[in-house]
Formats: sequence, C-alpha cells, structure tokens
Amino acid sequence: MRAVMTALLALSVSASSALAAPKDDVTHFTLENGMEVVVIEDHRAPVVTHMVWYRAGSADEFPGTSGVAHFLEHLLFKGTENMEPGELSATVARNGGTDNAFTSFDYTAYFQRVAADRLELMMRMESDRMVNLRLDEEDILTEREVIIEERNQRVENSPAALFREQKRAAQYLNHRYGVPIIGWRHEMVSLDLDAALEYYERFYAPNNAILVVAGDVEPDEVSTLAKKYYGALPANPDLNERSRPQEPPQTAERRVIFRDARVAQPYVSRSYLAPERDSGDQREAAALTLLAELLGGGTTSYLAQQLQFEREKAVYAGSWYSGDRLDDTSFTVVVVPKDGVSLEEAEVLMDETLAGYIERGVDSAALDRVKMQLHASQIYARDDVGELARLYGGALAIGLTVEDVQAWHDVLQSVTEEEIIAAARSVFDKDRAVTGYLMSEEGDAS
Amino acid sequence: MRALLLAAATWLLALPALAGVEIDEFTTEGGLTVWHVEERSIPFVALELRFRGGASLDPEGKRGVTNMMTGLLEDGAGELDAQAFAKARDALAASFSYDVRDDALSVSARFLTENRDEAVDLLHKTLTEPRFDEDAIARIRAQIVSGIRSDLKDPSSMAGEAFAARVFGDHPYGSDTSGTLESVAAITRDDIIAAFEAAIARDRLYIGVVGDISREELGPMLDGLLGELPETGAPLPPEADPSFDGETRVLPFETPQSVAMFGQPGIAFDDPDYFAAYLLSTILGGGGFESRLMEEVREKRGLTYGVYAFLAGRDGADIIMGSVQSANNRIAEAIEVIRAEWSRLHEEGVTAEELQDAKTYLTGAYPLRFDGNGPIANILAGMQIQGMGTDYIDSRNDRVNAVTLEQINRVARELLRPELLSFTVVGQPEGL
Repeated sequence: MRAVMTALLALSVSASSALAAPKDDVTHFTLENGMEVVVIEDHRAPVVTHMVWYRAGSADEFPGTSGVAHFLEHLLFKGTENMEPGELSATVARNGGTDNAFTSFDYTAYFQRVAADRLELMMRMESDRMVNLRLDEEDILTEREVIIEERNQRVENSPAALFREQKRAAQYLNHRYGVPIIGWRHEMVSLDLDAALEYYERFYAPNNAILVVAGDVEPDEVSTLAKKYYGALPANPDLNERSRPQEPPQTAERRVIFRDARVAQPYVSRSYLAPERDSGDQREAAALTLLAELLGGGTTSYLAQQLQFEREKAVYAGSWYSGDRLDDTSFTVVVVPKDGVSLEEAEVLMDETLAGYIERGVDSAALDRVKMQLHASQIYARDDVGELARLYGGALAIGLTVEDVQAWHDVLQSVTEEEIIAAARSVFDKDRAVTGYLMSEEGDAS
Repeated sequence: MRALLLAAATWLLALPALAGVEIDEFTTEGGLTVWHVEERSIPFVALELRFRGGASLDPEGKRGVTNMMTGLLEDGAGELDAQAFAKARDALAASFSYDVRDDALSVSARFLTENRDEAVDLLHKTLTEPRFDEDAIARIRAQIVSGIRSDLKDPSSMAGEAFAARVFGDHPYGSDTSGTLESVAAITRDDIIAAFEAAIARDRLYIGVVGDISREELGPMLDGLLGELPETGAPLPPEADPSFDGETRVLPFETPQSVAMFGQPGIAFDDPDYFAAYLLSTILGGGGFESRLMEEVREKRGLTYGVYAFLAGRDGADIIMGSVQSANNRIAEAIEVIRAEWSRLHEEGVTAEELQDAKTYLTGAYPLRFDGNGPIANILAGMQIQGMGTDYIDSRNDRVNAVTLEQINRVARELLRPELLSFTVVGQPEGL
C-alpha cells in the first residue's frame, strides 16, 4: 500500500497521549513461484538497496557440516554458468555500488547498494546465482582457507568470542543454535564441495527466498523486473516445512568457566532461555524487549543505576534481548566488576539486583522514557532505508509477516508494567540459564 | 559475512557529493558559519559539530585528558547530575554522542522536531556547564582503565599502537588517545577543566545541520546553543614527522592469528597528485573485493579474510597505511605477497582498464555516501574542516576523471616506496 510518507509520519505531539506508529511506505506481494517481495520506498536519494534473503541459516545445516551455510555464502561469489568467478562483485563495483552478504542462525542474505537505475542489472545477476552456481574443487580449497582465517579473526583471536561460543553451546543441548554460525573449526577444515552443493540445492530456490528492494523505486517497476528475473525460476517442489530439533526441558543450572591468558577484564554473564517473537503473538517478546531496556539498556537503567552509580561495584552492567529468532532465543545479563570485586561477588550482586527489580516493580517514569525512545528509534530508523530493508527481510525470514513488523511499534507501546514483571518472573530462572565467568588464567573462581 | 567493511579513514577523506543535496551556507546573526540542508521528510534534525584539535591538544604528560573530558561531557551538566541528565535526555529520545580522535572532537546530535527546543537546551548545558563531578570522574576513569587494560591484550589494538608509536614517536599521533594506565591515573579535575577550555571554542568550530528545520529557525537555535562559547582555545599541535625504516618488526604475543599493520609516507589532500594517489590506493587496497591486494592475498591464496591499504591523511601527517591478519604460520607469506605487489605497482603501474574501473567505482560510489540526514551532516562538517567549499561537490568527480594513465603511473613510481614499507606484526609469526 502506498501513501505519502510525510503525512503518515506526523506524530502526536502531546507526551501524555499514545505515541502514534510511524508508517513505512511498504508494498508486499508474492510471485507465482512463491517468492515474497517487499518494496520500501524512499525517494530522498537516487539509490537502491537490493537484497535477497533465504530462509536457511546455520541452524538448518546437517550435523557434522557446521559452517557450511556461511561457506556457501562465500562461494556464491564464485562463478555461475553465466558469470566468471568474481564477476558479480566486479560488475557492482564498476557500477559504483557495493555488495556483501551475511549468514545468521536462521537466514542467509545477499545485498547490493547501487544507483537506482542499475536495479535490473542487480536482479539479473542475483537471480542467476540462485540457481546456476558453478563451483570447482579449487574454489573450495582456497575459500575454505579464507573462512578459517575469518574464524581466526572473529573468534580464535578473541577470548570473549570463544567464551560466548562455549556459553551458547552449553545453552542449547539439542538445538543447532548451540553450534557457531561460522562453524566448529574441526568441521570447517573438512567442508567439501558436496556439502556446499547439498545445502545449495536444498535451500536456494525462489519459494524459499524473500526479495527486498528499498530506495528510490516504484513498486510497479520492481514488480515487473521481479517477475522477469525471479519469476522465471522454478520453485523447489521438495522444499520442506522448516523444523529443527528443539530443546528438551532444562532441569539443571549450567555454569561455564572460561580461562584465557588474554583476558584483561573479567566479567560474569548469564543467559536465560527466552521466548522469541512469533507471528501474531509478539506480546511476551515485546515485554522482554522493554525489560531489557529498563534493566540494562544504558546509564539510567536499573542495573547501571544500582551497580555503577549507587553501589559502585561495576564498571559496566547491562542486559539485552532480541526476539528476532525462529526458535527459543536468550535474555542476557552482564556485570563487569570494578577492581577488587570478585566474579562471585558480581554474580551475587546480579542476582540481588534482578530479584530487587521484580520486587520493586517497574518505575512508571522509566517505562515512559523507554517507550518514548523506542518510538523515536522507529523515526530515526527511517533515516537509513538500508536498515529498514534489513528489518523487513530479517523478520520475514524468521516467519513474521509485514503486518507483524508494522504492529510491533504498537505492541511495544501497549505493554503494561504487570506484563513486564510477569515476563521477568517467567524468564529469570537459574535452572533455565547458563552462567559464565570469563577470567584470566590466574583468576580465582573458587 | 563475506567481508568486513573497511572502517578506516572515514573522517579523513574527501567525502560526498550528490546531485540534489543543496547546501545552504550562511552566517548566523551571532557570526557562526553553518552548512545546512533542509530535508523535511522525516521529523528530526541531525546536527554535527566538529572542534579542530581533538586529542592532539593533550598537554605533555597528560595523555588521555581530552578523551576523558569528552567522556564526561554528558555525565552531568548545569543543575543536573549524571543520572538526572540522562533521564532528561532519554525522556526526549534525543541522542548526543561525543567523540574525540586525533584531530577533532565531534558532537553528533539528533533530536525530534516535536521537542527540539528542550533537546537543544540540554545539549547547550553539556557544552557550557559540564559539571565534571568527582564521582563521575572516578566512574569514567575506571571505565577508561578497563578499556586500556583490554587493549593491552588485544592483538589488533596492540598492533595499532605499536605501529603508531614506531611511525610518529613522541607526537600525540604516536600514542593512543585514551592515554596510558599511568597518565590516566594522574589526571585531576583541574586537568579536565583545562582540557575543556582548550578544546571547546568558536575559532575551531565547524557546523553541519541536516533535517526538519529552516534556515530562519536554525540561525537563532545555533546562536543560542553556541553563542557563549569562548572565542579561542589552545594552540593547535605541531605537524608530525612520520618515519619509516622499511623493516618488519614483531611484537610477540600468544594468539593464533597474527595481526600486521603496515605503512609508508603518504600525500597531502592539497597536492595536485592527490586524486591520482587516491585512485592508486583504491586499485592497490581499496575496500571492495577488486583490489590487487585482495585478489592476490585472499582470492588467489586464501591467506586472509581481509587486506586493505588506504591514504590515511591527518591534519599533521599524511601516510599510506594498511592491515592484514593471517594465521601465525601464514603471515610471513602474506607479507611477502604484499611487498611484492607494492614493488610491482611501483615499477609497472596500473593498466588503462584498472584505472577506468577505479574511476567508475569511485565516481559511482560518491553519491551513495549521501544516505541519510546523519551521514550528510557528518559530511558537511568534514568538508569544512578539510577546507573545501560547497562547490567541491560538483567538481569532485571531474577531478577523479581528470587523472590520466600517465599521471597515475608517474605517481606510482614517485609515491610508492617499497624500500620504506614498514610492517609491525603482533602474534607468534613463523618465519619472520
């Protein structure tokens, strides 16, 4: 549905009245072969972001092939039946654009940002590599070295990243969220052509993909081009309903002690298993989103106020939550103690603060501030149409709808203090959590 | 992700230009020069203030004081202590960010049209009446110390610091803007007040504003916000004298992947050969997948996830620098390939096709930088601090296109100095 953006963005000025949801200028339709299309208009600059999202991420890999989703993402920049290796990126660059891709637990996405009049060229190339990938053994071997260096850079060189990896593995006993997106090193080193092609053939198809085009474009024009390039591709008739192994009930507290000589600043971090956003059912996720802000979203949050300002025990204390997952997600709380405060003491302080918060209840003024900020963040987000493209693409890739995305603002604004405390009571259960200590080798974790 | 985006040099280089972005340059009644773009489609304003000088104004022995002062600007102002200030700001959903780098202190603010006056009033307090309360100082000091300790054990930070120290010596560019554990421990409240008076002044201020505001509203707003700032601050630091010996030096550290920083002398923005050098550095090590270094080190040999080289210009020094990371048993080969590519480019220059591709890339990418009010405000302030006029935007792509094959290959011979290309490696590299 198209509309004049400025008019719809008009806000209610009175602080006491409900904050109106800003509307995105979004058009949504589905091609005959099942590929979803989202068009987001922003005519401020003659630029377009073109993205294709696949509903397949690392959590959809077969056991034993960890990292193959991300490996394949790299390999999609090699040649196709119609393009030389590297030709796609080189063509984007010659047209003044930039391109890249990313892999997550639940999706893999490819994008280009380019002058709006080059959209057709982008679609021609992106649709080509959806079905015509051509790989040889040499591509595999060199690119495998690259992803191992990527793992070195992102994970092996960072004790905090290694610690998070161990913690996540402890959090998920059965679900593939426990396996790193980039892969376990011992499995990465033997990823081969068969594993990559198997994943490609299983998941890369128009009926498993979402096209997002954002920027200085008209929906009719996008629709015509999308039909021509993506609409011509056959759907994969063997595509299965997405279902991954789920977690068994957690009945015991889990603890991870990670020691590394490279750790300069120890901290304690706890992640609770928490529900995610579901289509048509986003209230608990909204309550947890607000809770994360109230508890640990910045200087005025409860954790910061208690542990950094009043009791002066922490250098930093915070919490975060993202409901943007297909399956169970997590709610994380971190306390970075000041010099002279042990991790055990920091953990006790964390527990006291969480319990204290539930006991005291939500501070109404703080909730108003957080709601105002979340409201404003949706206005500020409109300054970056590429970010909006990621918002919609990411949501659709985890089973949410355009309506869910557009309802999210109002759901957040309508969450009550009681719902937030109820969500806190339900999630803050140590028997459904992993508590981790990151410490130097000589540190004492008695 | 297929590649990390190159986060370097964003402040340093000539930025944007876009047909359709109309910059209104005007002087307020109070005498402030402003670059303004009126953009009404989203109800907020992005404001960017730059104060030239930045962390390089740190007095001798007080390294880190400007950084610490900057971190405290929002930690209480006027009658509001840190918590009260943050609550007031959050209630307005305004965001203020204060950042300091080698050459400038920047204030990036955005605020909604619906409560603009209140937001600007809060921002005003931070620039005119920061409290620098002792408890806030203690809190920020502990955070900075925690950060410095982490940097001392992080191979990328270690490599950056070791490389800077080697190249710039005692000049402020030669050390981290956060300071050292010793220098930060010794900073007093008086030092912080002195740093504030040194850095925040009108004689070094550049202003960019983009968003939902007219010139008629903006002039008085800025005079109210900035009119009372002192006219002058501390003298700007002297130029640096970067030195390169061409050696590969190793700082041992137990970690699986070595991090290398490298560099050689650079070229000034006002040099007639600057755009030839810019094209040259793009072909050599630009941010995309197409550069020679990316092709040779990553695509052909799989030695790294990313390798970059770029012109790193600052107010007081111009160098070419780059970075690469490879496993300890492969970094030696990566460095060998980079050195070989440096020599090959120096001796053989680029091809006509490479030059043409780099031109179409840079000229085509130029307008894409204008992606929102915030980024454009940032660009407007950056252009002013680099001494450009508003007309630079229209001529920039012509300057890129004017570079000839003969010129760029002369510049390759003159500018690239393989014998001076110096590497600093942190890790346990084999064979170095």
